Amino acid sequence: MISYTLNVDSITKTFGRRLIFKNVSLNCEQPGIWGIAGPNGSGKSTFVKCLCGIISPSSGKITHTLNGREIESEELHNHIGFVSPYLVLYDEFTAEENLKFFAEIRGVKYNQAKIDYLLNEFLLFDRKKDFVKAYSSGMKQRLKFLFALMHSPALVILDEPISNLDNSGKEKVYKIIGEEAKKSIIIIASNDDSDLALCSSVLELTNYKSEQF
Amino acid sequence: MTSIALFRKDLASELRTRYAINSLLMFIIVTISVILFSIGNEKISDYLSGGLFWVVVFFTAMSGLARAFVSEEERGTSLLLQLIASPATVFSGKLIFNLVLVFSMNVVIANLYTALFDAFVIKNLLLFSTAFLFGSIGIAISSTVIAAIIAKAGSKGTLYPVLSFPILLPLILILIELTKMSMDGTAFEEGYIEVAVLICYDVIMISASYLLFDFIWKD
Repeated sequence: MISYTLNVDSITKTFGRRLIFKNVSLNCEQPGIWGIAGPNGSGKSTFVKCLCGIISPSSGKITHTLNGREIESEELHNHIGFVSPYLVLYDEFTAEENLKFFAEIRGVKYNQAKIDYLLNEFLLFDRKKDFVKAYSSGMKQRLKFLFALMHSPALVILDEPISNLDNSGKEKVYKIIGEEAKKSIIIIASNDDSDLALCSSVLELTNYKSEQF
Repeated sequence: MTSIALFRKDLASELRTRYAINSLLMFIIVTISVILFSIGNEKISDYLSGGLFWVVVFFTAMSGLARAFVSEEERGTSLLLQLIASPATVFSGKLIFNLVLVFSMNVVIANLYTALFDAFVIKNLLLFSTAFLFGSIGIAISSTVIAAIIAKAGSKGTLYPVLSFPILLPLILILIELTKMSMDGTAFEEGYIEVAVLICYDVIMISASYLLFDFIWKD
């Protein structure tokens, strides 16, 4: 059993003179679902990008540890799964080719059994050999879940997870989130009540915008 | 190995979209045709043809090598790369891709040039091959890191040659000098200093690129 912890210690993010959030702290030590809430423009996406190491906070520290050892930023990508509306997959490849390239570039084994299971769950198995450019926006969103979960990450970050999904797609996503939450830390950034209802604890980002420069 | 996988992804993508290959080939054909038409029946000096060779190489590189990073940025897939690979892997993968592209491009230019320009006669093939090898490596390294910088900028098209010019100028100057020596039939030993400067340029560029790439790649 792996032990993954995420510790966000009083981080602040500014873009130029604009304060996005100030002194945000979060501690996730065991599998479960955490929520990040706030209206549009409140900094949810910026916050989750900071958690993934894509952008750095202006101050404060984010620590990811695996079995007590701090994960280096160069290795972080292998432990994180990420879904977001602004994530774009390669249109010129099929879904299967995309997933194979991701596994190779990550340097992890292409887990055929797990990928087939996820393709079936997200109703993409019959379309796995189609080019991504032929996919609808909902199918692309479902494929992003495969991208996020195929390497069995210990931390799954979902930014607006149900955007572009129909009702059956939403049900599938909630089912998979429930399964993953038994073994991984799930963070959902959303302003949708049905997403936040899954979370055991919700961090409201508007509470961390107290100071204007 | 992961950088090789990234290279394979880029190669497969290029073979499907043919964006860089087509623009490089078209540029080579158009540039060499323009030179041929402008010369007409005039005889040009050997040195001038050697200089023009590297001018064609420089501008061809400017027309296609930025694609490595610009296409990721324009399509919005850079975030995906940031999520699956470390910065060093991304830079290595893109560099390998640009190395293959530069070598292929330079081989095509050299063959066309030799066939079409009577004045372009190399007497010391070893010296020219050395300059060709390390020159191509230098162009690939510089183009890759400059492409990474300009991919984040607004006016990518104009910025690329402008930013590349001061960085590639010392390289092009030393390559023109070595080509001149190769055309004169100068012994390899006499070109040691120029070859050493060329290798030093490559080593400095690759070290600086790996050191800076983390800051360029992440917002």
